[in-house]
Amino acid sequence: MANSNNNRRKFMATTLQSVGLTALGGLLWSGYADEAKASPLVLRPPGALSEDDFLKACIKCGLCAEACVNRDSNKNRDGSKREGTLKMAKGGDHKVIGTPFFEPRDVPCYMCDDIPCVPVCPSEALDIKSLLNKNEELDINLAHMGLAVVHKESCVAFWGIQCDACYRACPIMDKAITLEYQKNERTGKHAFLLPVVHSDVCTGCGLCEKACITEKPAIFVLPREHSMGKAGDHYVKGWDKKDQERVKDAKAIHTKDERSKREVSDYLNDEVEY
Amino acid sequence: MKNIKYLLLRRATQFTLLFLYFGANAYGWHMLEGTFGSSKLFGLIPLADPYTTIQALVSGILLGADVIVGALIITFFYMVVGGRAFCSWVCPINLVTDLANWLRRKLKLDKEEVNYRFLKRKTRYWIMALGIIVSAIVGVASFELISPITIMQRGIIFGFGAGVSVIIAIFLFDLFGVKNGWCGHLCPLGATYSLIGAKSIIRVEHNHTNCTNCMECKVVCPENQVLHMIHKESISVTDGECTNCGRCIDVCNDNALKFSILNSKIRRKDD
Repeated sequence: MANSNNNRRKFMATTLQSVGLTALGGLLWSGYADEAKASPLVLRPPGALSEDDFLKACIKCGLCAEACVNRDSNKNRDGSKREGTLKMAKGGDHKVIGTPFFEPRDVPCYMCDDIPCVPVCPSEALDIKSLLNKNEELDINLAHMGLAVVHKESCVAFWGIQCDACYRACPIMDKAITLEYQKNERTGKHAFLLPVVHSDVCTGCGLCEKACITEKPAIFVLPREHSMGKAGDHYVKGWDKKDQERVKDAKAIHTKDERSKREVSDYLNDEVEY
Repeated sequence: MKNIKYLLLRRATQFTLLFLYFGANAYGWHMLEGTFGSSKLFGLIPLADPYTTIQALVSGILLGADVIVGALIITFFYMVVGGRAFCSWVCPINLVTDLANWLRRKLKLDKEEVNYRFLKRKTRYWIMALGIIVSAIVGVASFELISPITIMQRGIIFGFGAGVSVIIAIFLFDLFGVKNGWCGHLCPLGATYSLIGAKSIIRVEHNHTNCTNCMECKVVCPENQVLHMIHKESISVTDGECTNCGRCIDVCNDNALKFSILNSKIRRKDD
């Protein structure tokens, strides 16, 4: 009897120990996993789902990166093989390990017509449907890998020096980046040729960032999540029917607190003595 | 000379597979592309890691059909050949832990082994379950963030970076820490394959009348709890934790161990 009690106690203790240590491991592991996936400034291949869903779906197989480096069009002018755009994050890259990404200043996305990296994705973390145009054809111009942003103070075009490197490097020239002419008041006789990026067209390929002549690029691609604002429902273009559609489901917010019990008053002029 | 037939066969398989994977990236071959997470065989047949697939699914996303079909193909394949045949015939970490294990024997470190009470061979099953739970909570395939298996494989294909430290850590752990520490106690992928191959058909069979009780097999076996029948009864190894590596068959000088089809005996009785 005493023996079976002992056995039972031992069994309970071991079970408790296993459960406890598993819980400890779970806490550490969850904490690490949650931190590890929080590396937002990363550019994904074309057609990638939103970063959160992408991290869930990406099975880290590397088929996209292999298709990228072995694409037929990926040759230098002398016929030698060019470095692939997509890299698989490894230890030390400070990205979620094993996921594909690219760094435009290093190797930008050359926007291949046949988009070899996307159809090979087995888990649909790269969503081919998002890159199909009206005729159901693959169209790389529909990609939104990121959005180029211009830093005015370091862009020499804003100094008045003529440079249209980014404008000319852009694969969707004169649509994704346009040049805006402005009078240079400093000299009085020259023009500024200012690059302006259009977020509806820009794919985030980064050829502009690669081409930028400044030491550290004055035009660079950021994930759209980080380079775009959002006006929200409070502001609407009253003159634009289409924009009004955007807020048709907006609801008025009524604040109820102590103050709303009082009568509306002319608070700016209350308690003013003349 | 020592018999190392299965050792050579295993190394040949491991290196061939890794070289094919490497070539897919470096030379654009279409034999075996991708990584263990998901691969394409001959540019046609999808393959996927069942454990990774489960983690991805519980993280809350629908996966493409290729991954699901691939995971099923792999599951069925290892259900037949023995789940942990992956561990000893395919997994690159096996090269690291086998080296550590071999050094342990040469340096006679086993004699000094410390009894790690909390690190049991069952620990891997807890880690396997935990990996699925953490994936569901955090919303990302959690073991894939730390898996030395795919880190090493991607390292071979795409370059190591700082990932090499994980491989060294496993080597040191297995050499100076726990004997067969990673593969035999911790690895949740091995645990998954143990379960998948629990009823596999290809097995090591023991003939106890030939056995001279030299215990060489138990010394070399990375999961020697599965060899409980040695010198006792003539049965097959039926434990899913056996990796079908064949080292026991190699070291046995008495013809007491061989690969066999598990059900063959039963069938013979039926005849």
